[in-house]
Amino acid sequence: MQPYRNRDYAHHLLERLQQEATRPVSVMEVCGTHTVAIARSGLRELLPKNIRLISGPGCPVCVTDDLDLDLVIALAKEPEITMATFGDMMRVPGTGSSLLEAKSLGADVKVVYSPTDAVALAVANPDRQVVFLAVGFETTIPTVAVAVEQAVQQGLRNFSIFSLHKLVPPVMEALLTDPEVRLDAFINPGHVCTILGTEPFRFIPEQYGKPCVVTGFEAVDIMEALLMILQQYNQGRPSVEIQYKRAVRPEGNTVARGYIDKYFTPVTACWRGIGEVPGSGLALREEFAHLDAHRRFPITVTPGKRLKNCSCGQVLKGLKLPYECALFGKACTPMKPVGPCMVSTEGSCAAYYRYGAQRVGGAV
Amino acid sequence: MSKTEQEQVILLGHGSGGTLTNQLIRTVFQEALHNPILDEMLDAALLDLGQGRVAFTTDSFVVDPIFFPGGDIGKLAVCGTVNDLAVSGAVPLYLSSAFIIEEGFPLADLRRIVASMQEAASAAGVRVVTGDTKVVGRGSADKIFINTTGIGVVPPGRSLSPRRMQPEDIVLVSGTLGDHGLTILAQREGLSFNTPVISDCTPLNRIASAIMEAGGDGVRCMRDPTRGGLATTLNELAGQGERGILVQETAIPLRREVVGACEMLGLDPLYLANEGKVIAVVAPGAAEPVLAAMRSLPEGQGAVAIGRVTESGRGLVLLETELGATRILNMLEGEPLPRIC
Repeated sequence: MQPYRNRDYAHHLLERLQQEATRPVSVMEVCGTHTVAIARSGLRELLPKNIRLISGPGCPVCVTDDLDLDLVIALAKEPEITMATFGDMMRVPGTGSSLLEAKSLGADVKVVYSPTDAVALAVANPDRQVVFLAVGFETTIPTVAVAVEQAVQQGLRNFSIFSLHKLVPPVMEALLTDPEVRLDAFINPGHVCTILGTEPFRFIPEQYGKPCVVTGFEAVDIMEALLMILQQYNQGRPSVEIQYKRAVRPEGNTVARGYIDKYFTPVTACWRGIGEVPGSGLALREEFAHLDAHRRFPITVTPGKRLKNCSCGQVLKGLKLPYECALFGKACTPMKPVGPCMVSTEGSCAAYYRYGAQRVGGAV
Repeated sequence: MSKTEQEQVILLGHGSGGTLTNQLIRTVFQEALHNPILDEMLDAALLDLGQGRVAFTTDSFVVDPIFFPGGDIGKLAVCGTVNDLAVSGAVPLYLSSAFIIEEGFPLADLRRIVASMQEAASAAGVRVVTGDTKVVGRGSADKIFINTTGIGVVPPGRSLSPRRMQPEDIVLVSGTLGDHGLTILAQREGLSFNTPVISDCTPLNRIASAIMEAGGDGVRCMRDPTRGGLATTLNELAGQGERGILVQETAIPLRREVVGACEMLGLDPLYLANEGKVIAVVAPGAAEPVLAAMRSLPEGQGAVAIGRVTESGRGLVLLETELGATRILNMLEGEPLPRIC
């Protein structure tokens, strides 16, 4: 897109938003990629004061539970294991250390760009047990299912996955059922909806009366979506609409969902900063148990101590500002993050930390 | 959560050029080795040795892969040190070169690397006058590491420092950013897309002296944005000069392929390394002649102004985004890791 044409259109949208934003509205962007787009474009400062954007659970990496990571790190330290992971999991802390630290102490941890790269790693290294750390929302899970299928077809005996997958609709429901929560509408994750379509989100307008718009990842996409949200809100007709029409169909991708169902079954999962959410995780089905690293390598670790007082849950629900958390800037910093809002480089806490830190000359 | 001194380990992030590196430099190296010259923390130490000043700098090269599109570890080892001298305002003259080589390393590869060093040195007009070689057991080093140390002379009367930056000074860059960092990442990870991007690795002494000739005293300081990329280098300038810097996002030159690959990998090109680009901060009146001089050279063809120095926001780098909003452009934290989401 031509930058200045983009800028003109953006300013037109901002004027329209100004007209529609006649009363305060709190909108959650559920997905970390939206949070990044908002931060990078500086959108927050341009929006009418009545529109409050709240960063949601973010990315599947940020919400990976610290106790789950303790298990992964312990497994990675086993001599026969090669742990294959997406790069951004490296720095995410368990209760004591991270995969990055484990690697620097000698654990065999390899960064891969797709789950099938991990299968290739297993084929190339028959004397190693390759475990793929399967982290992701609905967008990534079908690619893991394909990797599992490859491993099944090739009869691989040295490949397994450690599933820490997370599902988006159940956690949105968990946020909505909290009586304290003050959210008026949702910017729905565009990538996740390419797979899920709109159906799994219909409970949000129908049961909770909140507008939802499936949104693309350019700043102008987000502005268009906010305009659609305000129109739904002002006209009292909450529904699930699609702004991201160039990528999302209402029915989603049935083939990809078929792959997920073939290999996985929903389980309770623990979200960093939020807690246990029923039906929000996925485990491999019984018939693929031999590819399940949880069952294949029963690792026990002394449960680490979760840092108490992490307020990410309340920050995510818009109940607290980052600096109102007791850990903020002390036990929890971008270099040593505790909660998801600090783990994500564009999370609310990380953004507040940097801004504050630089204003007082780096000392926090 | 906090670990005792004995439990702490050196992480990759300690060598990435970002916050951890700064911390390590401050609390370990500078703490033990501090002297007025080291404490300046410039790209080269400036020594008063009678006539004019001698510039003196050292750098170690451990790049993996050792051969990549646009260069290799040898070319990089020469350019890296030459460039640190050149952006300090010095005319680079002599290099030392020390090798640490893993047992079993092919002789043919070593010849290729040394030939490439010679080629880069002659392009830069410098001589490698002393060297050292160590061989370590298999597994004790990754193929080959090279250290180069360089000496140059700063012509009398020339003094470059971020402390000379004044409000309204113009920030110039010599061309597209992130090419080297992306090339290395694509090679290292065997990325399945075929990126046509090649490393920009090249000596900068010719363009640096063209900048000095065209801008004279109006040239405040120069830097080569290597590890940590444009964002980290601008933060260093703003911090050392105790000024703000405001950058226009739409003015930053980026190759379409680099932007596309970064989007795919979840990386930010403003944090990717460059090995053949120079940032110059110049007085407003010097901007046009300096830009013209840069553009007259192949290594400066893509030179543009990307921002200006501000009185307010000391130590802060602000980016005016495409939409007209401003946000803080931070230093690199730890190692740049690709995001999946």
